[in-house]
Amino acid sequence: MLKDITLGQFFPGNSFVHRLDPRTKLVMVVAYIVALFMAGNWLSYLVAFGFLAYSIIISRIPLKAITRGLRPLMIIMIFTGVLNIFFTDGTHVIFSVFGLTVTLEGLERAFFMVTRIMMLVTATFLMTYTTSPIALTDGLEALLGPLKKLHMPVHELSMMMCIALRFIPTLIEETDKIISAQKARGADFETGNLMNRVKAMVPILVPLFISAFRRADELAVAMECRCYQGGEGRTKMKLLRYHRGDFLAFSAGALLIAAVAILRSFGL
Amino acid sequence: MSEAIQARQLSFAYPGLDGGVGQTVFSDLNLTVEEGSFVAVLGSNGCGKSTLAKHFNAILLPCGGSVSVWGMDTQQEDRLIPIRRTVGMVFQNPDNQIVANVVEEDVAFAPENLGVSSPEIRRRVDNALKQVGMYEYREHAPHLLSGGQKQRVAIAGVIAMEPRCIVLDEPTAMLDPKGRREVLDTVLRLNREKRITVVLITHHMDEAAKAQRVVVLHQGKIAADGPPKQVFSQVELLHSLGLAAPETVELCWRLNQQGFSLPLDCLGVEECAQALYQALS
Repeated sequence: MLKDITLGQFFPGNSFVHRLDPRTKLVMVVAYIVALFMAGNWLSYLVAFGFLAYSIIISRIPLKAITRGLRPLMIIMIFTGVLNIFFTDGTHVIFSVFGLTVTLEGLERAFFMVTRIMMLVTATFLMTYTTSPIALTDGLEALLGPLKKLHMPVHELSMMMCIALRFIPTLIEETDKIISAQKARGADFETGNLMNRVKAMVPILVPLFISAFRRADELAVAMECRCYQGGEGRTKMKLLRYHRGDFLAFSAGALLIAAVAILRSFGL
Repeated sequence: MSEAIQARQLSFAYPGLDGGVGQTVFSDLNLTVEEGSFVAVLGSNGCGKSTLAKHFNAILLPCGGSVSVWGMDTQQEDRLIPIRRTVGMVFQNPDNQIVANVVEEDVAFAPENLGVSSPEIRRRVDNALKQVGMYEYREHAPHLLSGGQKQRVAIAGVIAMEPRCIVLDEPTAMLDPKGRREVLDTVLRLNREKRITVVLITHHMDEAAKAQRVVVLHQGKIAADGPPKQVFSQVELLHSLGLAAPETVELCWRLNQQGFSLPLDCLGVEECAQALYQALS
């Protein structure tokens, strides 16, 4: 049952977006978010929307996957929308109920805020859907590389992420085994009130933690045996390289920001 | 042949809980492993097999005496990396020694640590994976492989360092018979074809029987040392140490108790059958 959890929600593929360097995609997401926050009118929103829609189409990610990803954010979006509708000052009053007025400006603002959240989240989803977790980790390490000079443990962080990703399936399998073992000895996880159910988790968590620590210890020795000495002097088998597509993507990102900035300065 | 690993008057005790000296494992152990040989180390639980193995690549350091690896003393801190890349180590649980979530990335881990150049890492990884017969699985996720396959990936991860010796600490203890055979065949092939020195720590008699030399440890001391045929024919000694002889030898020995006079050095089933046939005709 626990095995069904998908991780990183990576959809393997070979589209233009998939083949982009992970660093490019990370930078593009940041650029896109910047563009979204700069956008302040209908036309610039339309440009940003077009950009995203085109990226989704060429990535060949099923639209269903994206809508499914957005569903948990429904509450936040509705909340943001409602707040903006009622609490924006405006002159064009449409109607008012119980002392709350709904204005044209409020409606417009609510629409902008909600679509902004939607597009922002969709853009990050597009990145995680088209990039394997390990590539993403590599990309992050490369992008944050300059911070090493400021004594930020960049390599250690990416190593930790990599090991965590590696051990999640192993630990899930182990949890399944422990649950079965405790059930076989008569443990009851399904009945009783909330308090009882939380208490029933203890016999699962204790052995799981003990085993995780034992694994960590063995892994550390095994890593030492394979000459691990931290990030210093370490090389990589797969070097990250920018290709023609990455430059294309970067230019498109720059164009997007420029377009939004121009539209903003004209106040259209 | 020159010596690969040499332990001289090795003594070791794990530190106690209160900072004092804990349980003594070895007090005066002398052992030499010849270059290119295949040595099996046998012993019942708690006899110090794994502790000995960890001395061979400076994971543990001796309290007294010395361990040298191709002439390098394990106490020399500046030789730590050369020692560890010379003597690779494979552990019991394959899950706990695989670092990355793609097979080839894991095999690349050791050469990446050593600062090898990218094309050279690629060559070593492909080579190592071919040697253990896991090349087709290079892009798989390790947790989807069988135990034997995972353990072969772990061996590939060690071979990628191009070590001169591999120490395997009960590599087959958690595997099914098929996985055990896969791993053992791989190790035998590496020893035969690549002349890699192998130290196999095991408690399976039939695995030890395939080695050139068997060392039996008991309470931190060497109880028997010699070619498999010679060691396993000392059935009473093995029994007194809490070990069993390989099944074929055990069979002959029991028959001898009943008045037969069979040789006690048939390690293979064929050989044993032949001996029985001759005794009966």
